[in-house]
Amino acid sequence: MSETTLAARPETGADVSRAPARKAAPRLAVVVLCALLLCAVPLYLEGSWLVIGVLGMATAVGAIGLTLLVGTAGQLSLAHSFFVAVGAYAYAYLAGVPGTSDAQGLGLPSWFAALAAVALAGLAGLAFSPVAARVKGLYLGVASLALVFVGEHVLKNAVPLTGGYNGREVTPLSVFGFELTGDAPDLWVLGVPFGGQERLWYVALAVLAVSVVAAGRIVRGRPGRALQTLRDNPAAAGSMGVSVRAHKAAAFTVSSVFAGAAGVLTALAFGFIVPHYFSLHLAVLYLAMALIGGLGSVPGAVAGGLFVTALPLLLERFSGELGFLAAPGSGGLDAAMFARFVFGALLVLILIAEPGGLAGLWRRLRRTRR
Amino acid sequence: MKLLQLLLLGVSLGSIYALIALGFVVIYKGTKVINLAHGSVLLAGAYAVAVLSPHTGFLPALALGALVSAVCAALIERLVAATRSHDHLVLTILTIGVDILLATELARRIGSKVLTMGDPWGDGRVEILGTVLPAARLAATGVGVLLIAVFFLVFRRTDFGVRMRASADDPRTAALMGIDQRRVALASWAIGGALACVAGVFLAGFPNPGLDQTSGLIALNAIPAIIIGGLDSTEGAILGGLIVGVTQTLADGNASSLHFLGEGFGTVAPYVVMLAVLMWRPSGLLGSKELNRV
Repeated sequence: MSETTLAARPETGADVSRAPARKAAPRLAVVVLCALLLCAVPLYLEGSWLVIGVLGMATAVGAIGLTLLVGTAGQLSLAHSFFVAVGAYAYAYLAGVPGTSDAQGLGLPSWFAALAAVALAGLAGLAFSPVAARVKGLYLGVASLALVFVGEHVLKNAVPLTGGYNGREVTPLSVFGFELTGDAPDLWVLGVPFGGQERLWYVALAVLAVSVVAAGRIVRGRPGRALQTLRDNPAAAGSMGVSVRAHKAAAFTVSSVFAGAAGVLTALAFGFIVPHYFSLHLAVLYLAMALIGGLGSVPGAVAGGLFVTALPLLLERFSGELGFLAAPGSGGLDAAMFARFVFGALLVLILIAEPGGLAGLWRRLRRTRR
Repeated sequence: MKLLQLLLLGVSLGSIYALIALGFVVIYKGTKVINLAHGSVLLAGAYAVAVLSPHTGFLPALALGALVSAVCAALIERLVAATRSHDHLVLTILTIGVDILLATELARRIGSKVLTMGDPWGDGRVEILGTVLPAARLAATGVGVLLIAVFFLVFRRTDFGVRMRASADDPRTAALMGIDQRRVALASWAIGGALACVAGVFLAGFPNPGLDQTSGLIALNAIPAIIIGGLDSTEGAILGGLIVGVTQTLADGNASSLHFLGEGFGTVAPYVVMLAVLMWRPSGLLGSKELNRV
């Protein structure tokens, strides 16, 4: 193992700072152990597994953003896939090399493009927030639906930006000539070739760690409390000096920033993005992740995101070994269908049995154990 | 003349959307849940009609299909009622879960087939005021007007309607007056489901090619309708349905001059109208304002 080389990576340090000072020792140990295990994964698993993991982490980052918005701030949004798309396409366009295909690009340094894409997604959220300030509850959820459809329409038609219906290629992320998600230059760690997928794993892990820490601080800190008051009683929040409009706008912006980061990671993991991926289905999936995890719970959102993304991919991989699954397109029960069945049933069961999601279940388990 | 033709087509499409939207609103008024599984309920009913009509003839199949949809919707209501949460948001998302289950099963059954309804109108055309309209769409308008009229008569004039309206206004008082809330909820879901089935049959009819596994998604077009009209207004649902139908048809019909907005703008146009309406009136055109007591 390579604890010494890997323990110094930034994501490990970020995770450590999360443990509160009070009963720090056992929790710190658990966090460090988890971080080490996650850092060691690319040394043992091959590329296609890593992509599943990276996609899971990317969606987990997005789900964190949505759980902040829907759970903590109480603003239902079905438009999360739109903000993810903004992040993904903004990165692809800004970093894209001009003149290689239908889709144009600005050819900016890719690390800058990634940051700018995240910021652009945040701006998109800010731009939508006037609607959020006027419309409440289920109306807001349905109004945000408009963004998904209008967004998909734009993605299909703005060919120079998005490559249109057939999608566009994504430039790998690199920092000063070192490709963080590509194969150049060659890198070997402990006899394992570190190609694009291995490197991307660490990028995703770092982004996830930063997101978890940032979101945790938002939820537990002053802004989180303000948002919760706002959610439970806007009038009371206003009279306590919480600016209703500014906080609602900030919630949408922050949530979109997370979505943008998820979008950039997703784009990097796929290497090629198509409008079809960022449809209503994805928005529903994100909402389901936030709910399965428990609304407002950051660890819950991570668990929900990993689960919802990884389940169909894993089932697809193992469909050969699982005897009861038919081959895709044969009219029988194929892996994608089975995953959807499991997923739908789980959503229904969780909401009926434990509306608090995984986080609620976890709290109940801890209470009974004491 | 082209404008008149488009308007008439839009109204006929709008009357189909109005039926779907009315279903959404009835369910929302009865239980305060937006049934996002409505598309699958629609698909289930229309699928049943398509399977049954070669054996039983069109009208009995339509009746049975409406029954299938009503039972589906009632079952979803039972599921929704089984949750321990009373948060409308959670309940609404629960219907997404049901939608995934139902839609997956129906997609598996339908596969890549395109089913026809076996309706008596076929691909016939009728000439009115110098415009040519599909007979199936005319029938849809007629049936839509008829069903909506019956709906309003029942809700205004009968004891059943009074019970439903009283429960929608104030469930607690209605319960104290001896109105069984469970029955009210079941009835509103069943009515919504049956309306969806009728709408589904006409949506699959000419000029559309038939019923395929994505037909359920069309029910989503009624979502701008209910928001434009106001979530808790039955009149609003009909108005919204017509607005959506006309907007979509006009945008599709003038696609060549609207080309700068991109291909297939017709499907997006209702959402643009919806956003505009929401900015102007956040509770829709006819919806009741949410009041906040401090």
